[in-house]
Amino acid sequence: MTSPSLNPGAANFWMNQIPTPNPTPPSDGPRLSPDEELSAYRRMLLIRRFEEKAGQLYGMGFIAGFCHLYIGQEAVVTGMMMALGEDDQIITAYRDHGHMLSTGMDPKGVMAELTGRRHGISKGKGGSMHMFSVEKNFFGGHGIVGTPAPLGTGLAFANKYRGNNSVCVSFFGEGAANQGQVYESFNMASLWKLSVVYVIENNHYALGTSVERSSAHSEELYHRGAAFGVAGEQVDGMDVAAVEDAGKRALAHARSGKGPMILEMLTYRYRGHSMSDPAKYRTREEVKDMREHHDPIELVRKRLLKAGRSEDELKDIDREIRSVVNEAAAFAQSDPEPDPSELHTDVVA
Amino acid sequence: MPTEILMPALSPTMEEGTLVKWHVKEGDTVQTGDVIAEIETDKATMEVEALDDGKIDKLLVPEGTEHIPVNRPIAMLLADNGHPAEGHSFEARPTAAPQPIEVEEVPDPGEAPPEVEIAPAGPQAAPAEPRPEQDVPERAVPPGTEMVTLTVREALRDAMTEEMHADADVFVMGEEVGQYDGAYKVTQGLLETFGARRVIDTPITEYGFAGVGVGAAFAGLRPIVEFMTWNFAMQAIDHIVNSAAKALYMSGGQMHCPIVFRGPNGAAARVGAQHSQDFSSWYAHVPGLKVIAPYTAADAKGLLKAAIRDNSPVVFLENEVLYGQSFEVPKLDDFVLPIGRARIARVGRDVTLVSYSRGLAYTLDAAEQLALQDIEAEVIDLRTLRPLDIGTVVNSVKKTNRIVTVEEGWAICSIGSEICAAVTAEAFDYLDAPPTKITGADVPMPYADNLEKLALPSVEQVIAAAKAVCYRK
Repeated sequence: MTSPSLNPGAANFWMNQIPTPNPTPPSDGPRLSPDEELSAYRRMLLIRRFEEKAGQLYGMGFIAGFCHLYIGQEAVVTGMMMALGEDDQIITAYRDHGHMLSTGMDPKGVMAELTGRRHGISKGKGGSMHMFSVEKNFFGGHGIVGTPAPLGTGLAFANKYRGNNSVCVSFFGEGAANQGQVYESFNMASLWKLSVVYVIENNHYALGTSVERSSAHSEELYHRGAAFGVAGEQVDGMDVAAVEDAGKRALAHARSGKGPMILEMLTYRYRGHSMSDPAKYRTREEVKDMREHHDPIELVRKRLLKAGRSEDELKDIDREIRSVVNEAAAFAQSDPEPDPSELHTDVVA
Repeated sequence: MPTEILMPALSPTMEEGTLVKWHVKEGDTVQTGDVIAEIETDKATMEVEALDDGKIDKLLVPEGTEHIPVNRPIAMLLADNGHPAEGHSFEARPTAAPQPIEVEEVPDPGEAPPEVEIAPAGPQAAPAEPRPEQDVPERAVPPGTEMVTLTVREALRDAMTEEMHADADVFVMGEEVGQYDGAYKVTQGLLETFGARRVIDTPITEYGFAGVGVGAAFAGLRPIVEFMTWNFAMQAIDHIVNSAAKALYMSGGQMHCPIVFRGPNGAAARVGAQHSQDFSSWYAHVPGLKVIAPYTAADAKGLLKAAIRDNSPVVFLENEVLYGQSFEVPKLDDFVLPIGRARIARVGRDVTLVSYSRGLAYTLDAAEQLALQDIEAEVIDLRTLRPLDIGTVVNSVKKTNRIVTVEEGWAICSIGSEICAAVTAEAFDYLDAPPTKITGADVPMPYADNLEKLALPSVEQVIAAAKAVCYRK
């Protein structure tokens, strides 16, 4: 019997790079075309208005339990989704409403899931933290901090196994970046040259613990793959154009077979960690400063106005989005609860 | 007409609160996001933000008011243009949060979906796990089928080889499964046959590669994840339970997770406390998983093939001591056994002995010795621990009126505990003696040879328990 180790070609399948289909396109700097800018505005505004409405429905008792709002971080997922190819996949943790809307999942289905109704994306059985759309390549929706890293690595593993060219983008917070399984993932993804982009959404607070209090060398989380040979980049996560630009480069890197890449997005959440968090661990001035001077939507709005779009046109977009969100909210309030017989379905295949 | 600003619910448990402070007064203009008030909930003092732009028309509740119920109007807001703020008229305001499902609404057995069996009447409902149909016979091995002698190790390897030939989406990953040929040689030869793309050596990183396997299964592949032993899988139990087992339910039936986690479980010999634990009841506890623990080589082969084909996550508990033991296995092109069906390993009339995996070794030995004393034991090999084939056990107890369960795991919340409870609920009137459990000792596994023997069930214990329930000396 021949020793398998004498067959290095076969043994190294997972360590080989897939041949580069196209050279990495040169970067033009973080700039979006006028049309792209408008599209980014629309997408971010949908997330903002949806989340505001979700907060409102929570206050009214329609939404219960944990509800983690994405307000302030809209540019991160929007920019990444604009960089993403059609067959690429995404996965995230529990602050997931923005990611779902960004993949084009129906706001009605998402909102009805938040209210626990039968036409929610998960038939009302998942809730805020647990929604999925295999059709839209959105793989959750996970409540345990750090799990999107290996799960996303597994999706990328499947891509390489099948020999396709898709990339998986795995989102998690800077708090999750201290979990051991994240480094286990970096190791395997680098070892096996998997096409995965890890996006660290650094909103500076892991519930109430600031990144400085929790993370060694906290100013450079994007270097945390260095020991595994995983390249990283720090990005202004409040500027959708910068995110899109970095996202495109990271995706091209991963797609070319060079293995994973880390993008650390410097961002900020305006609301508490979840609805019941009074956020006393930061000053009102800090939040106010981010809102007034670094708001991702306001930044794009200013650029659009400067580029010649009218206030009226932007107001129309806002009105249109409010009506989409109101429709989703109305649906989510009137849709019936799941039939009791649903209790025992979908447990095993 | 202005719109109402309502007392918000600011935590999952809040029903009322105190309005500590108004940050605005009547006539103030507010923008979305401005802090308008501070409210003390059952947990903390929270700031309330304006949800729309507009002018505060009226403050309805003075500062310091306590016990304000959620959803009571606390202020009135006029939109910028003097009209009600957009999207803010709460006409659909609920009078109460959605009601929990009432017990009366659970459909009666007649209306239940076919895969759900409603427990018999009684205060304690049995688990609504789908139960195998007792009247569907196991596909019989055709008469005259040639039998071959295989070790459990070879049977497991053959099952994986056959399924990997049949389905290109099946692959094996784990520590030492490839170039080393398997730490216990169960994956011997697979690398040579299928290559490194499908037989993947992982780093020692159980939590990580279990998650990678689950992610690959979400994408539709059929991973077989080998744990060198189930003791090490405790590092990965989060992905087995939280990521794999719950995926189908949390996604409303949308996302499957067809994965097999397998490896040796339970005590081997003299490997001490951290390498000698039986995790059967841990995994059998979890809805969304199927749990298999075979004894014979034929069951190992037929059930592993079924597990690989199953669209649910399967926990496949092997036993290191059994790997080298030989059994007769039908020589068939495609020998697959149904999951969730117990096997009557020995027919008897006097007492029912129930076990699984290596426990069968003690139990069958005990049954032979009992026969010499004129006690004919019926021995049931559970084979699958979830869904548990209680029907086969109950039918046997109705005949023998006595039951003893045998397992190596600890006694508290054990597989035997579950069986004894189910038999008591479903065959109470048939029992002539208290259901009895034989389990491992309630201690971490000791190293010393004599102590280890004392910590595991013995043939003598099984014989003594069987005689006790038969009221024989």
